[in-house]
Amino acid sequence: MVKAMITSARTYADFTTQATFEIKKCDVFKLDEGPATQVVLTRDEGLQYYRTMQTMRRMELKADQLYKQKIIRGFCHLYDGQEACAVGIEASINLSDHLITAYRAHGYTYTRGGTVKEIMAELTGRRGGIAKGKGGSMHMYCKHFYGGNGIVGAQVPLGAGVALACKYQGNNELCVCLYGDGAANQGQIFETYNMAALWKLPVIFICENNRYGMGTSVERAAASTDYFKRGEFIPGLRVDGMDVLCVREATRFAADHCRSGKGPILMELQTYRYHGHSMSDPGVSYRTREEIQEVRSKSDPISMLKDRMLSNNMASVEELKEIDVEVRKEIEDAAQFATTDPEPPLEELCNHIFCDMPSLEVRGTNPWAKLKSVS
Amino acid sequence: MRDFHRSAPAAVQMTVRDALNQAMDEELERDERVFLLGEEVAQYDGAYKVSRGLWKKYGDKRIIDTPISEINVLLQAGLRPICEFMTFNFSMQAIDQIINSAAKTYYMSAGLQSVPIVFRGPNGASAGVAAQHSQCFAAWYGHCPGLKVVSPWNSEDAKGLLKSAIRDENPVVVLENELLYGVPFEMSEEAQSKDFTIPIGKAKIERQGNSITLVAHSRYVGHCLDAAAVLAKEGIECEVINLRTIRPMDVESIETSVMKTNHLVTVEGGWPQFGIGAEICARIMEGPAFNYLDSPVTRVTGVDIPMPYAKILEDHSLPQVKDIIFSVKKTLNI
Repeated sequence: MVKAMITSARTYADFTTQATFEIKKCDVFKLDEGPATQVVLTRDEGLQYYRTMQTMRRMELKADQLYKQKIIRGFCHLYDGQEACAVGIEASINLSDHLITAYRAHGYTYTRGGTVKEIMAELTGRRGGIAKGKGGSMHMYCKHFYGGNGIVGAQVPLGAGVALACKYQGNNELCVCLYGDGAANQGQIFETYNMAALWKLPVIFICENNRYGMGTSVERAAASTDYFKRGEFIPGLRVDGMDVLCVREATRFAADHCRSGKGPILMELQTYRYHGHSMSDPGVSYRTREEIQEVRSKSDPISMLKDRMLSNNMASVEELKEIDVEVRKEIEDAAQFATTDPEPPLEELCNHIFCDMPSLEVRGTNPWAKLKSVS
Repeated sequence: MRDFHRSAPAAVQMTVRDALNQAMDEELERDERVFLLGEEVAQYDGAYKVSRGLWKKYGDKRIIDTPISEINVLLQAGLRPICEFMTFNFSMQAIDQIINSAAKTYYMSAGLQSVPIVFRGPNGASAGVAAQHSQCFAAWYGHCPGLKVVSPWNSEDAKGLLKSAIRDENPVVVLENELLYGVPFEMSEEAQSKDFTIPIGKAKIERQGNSITLVAHSRYVGHCLDAAAVLAKEGIECEVINLRTIRPMDVESIETSVMKTNHLVTVEGGWPQFGIGAEICARIMEGPAFNYLDSPVTRVTGVDIPMPYAKILEDHSLPQVKDIIFSVKKTLNI
């Protein structure tokens, strides 16, 4: 208790409580003005973003480790490098808003309210997993977070549907609908743009452009790599996705746009993934190690935030180190849980086929195997 | 009188992946009109490395990396495309074109416009890839007139059926299996030839037996052979039929076998309702073999649920060798 008091005394005495930062201007499309370029970051916000990004980073690296130990199996698409996107977006929306993304979803599951423990236990396929071990890496859900979708681009029409529901119910909520540069060439996305614009749906389309759709660079896949313009009749922003403040400010701008009834808006976040497409892709056959290293040293989102806070006396090196230690412990505890929690019970096999169905009989592998399903 | 000592023909071991690669390589070389397109097939060497080395050998014109646009199935007049789906789960994005454009066009045009296209890629369950990436599409594509559908098991099947598919004037769906890609099988000397093809529409008896007939396609042929080996120790001799082709199905081979063994078990990875086993049951009932059955046909299938992720649940969602053994004994009333 005494220690806490001393710390807080240190806080007020020694640290700047907030600072103003100049951030990169966004490219705009069909907009008269863009998001602010002068933004205020408070010490509390900074510490929170730092902790959240660091947690996501460590969680993904732990997943890498567990995958190599074959404790996680199947598909595993890691998010390290892109943390500023998930954290920046969540900073400008409410938990009562909605979000849907594709398969690189562990980070979003966390920002939307999933715990590291539940996420890791889902990756290892245990009963304590956020989807009880039945979904795996690509199929995690929580309140107002609709996954976690495996089929490239298919989540975009779904996102517009959620936005339609928001408008229908008049609840002033919006839907953030994410997809990648690879998915941006899917036809269903253009159908969705059309309907969202026609019906003025409160949806923020966000293209996380990490330059590569699996092994195919954007130049080899897209006739136009100006993803923020491809909504044609939908206004767009191109945002530095490595800067959490840029993402936050752009999302704030986009959310205002939606909530004021103007309809959809499109944000392209220029970001980068350090890992390959998935754990089965070394990630160096289509890009150079030098490129990866350069992004890591010049544009890492966590380093960028850390430098800003330290150089503006908003936090101390020790304080941030302490957060690192706490995060490391949280991840270790979660990994421990994820590797020791038992697998789901066999009774769970057939449950959740239908909603609200009284007990249903399900055919097993042979006609004598009569299994049971309950909702 | 001296007999020259003849050594057995040189068989080699080849993985299914390499067999598919060889098939495409040979057909690309043989016919200028053949080309391969799909996601990551060229510079990445294929998502599952099936097209490894082909881009290096044939270049941009013949091996084409596409954006993620499954629906852009090309009806290239005069050309013979091989269209790779990274998995058949993604083919649903293009299924309208496969059915309504590829399968039906020859009929609708009364023979004027043929569609010599091959759709190939991994089908069915893999390991831990969860619900959206584990579906078997044999029954869905097998349902449609105008499509040929093949499902190879071993390397010889893979090479012979893919070559036949590429040479066929009709749209052919080739349902490969990811878990089999890395498995080596013996390739006979005949199979090593550049002209080796396997006729579409003909099943193969992989193992002869008198007690009961087991019919399967793809990976489950292997499971059936494993079950047969165990059952043989108890004096039950299974006849194992490798369907090889889903459509047109070689029902005659199944009937001939059933008329000998009087018992039938079908094995598939797909879901039970409206599946391959269901079709076989119906056809057996409609034909001469029905009167030879001593017990109803048993279908061994995947469990009727979306594929769960956790290993223990996934293992229990698909037919295991012990399920086949159990079903054989139940069918034989042992």
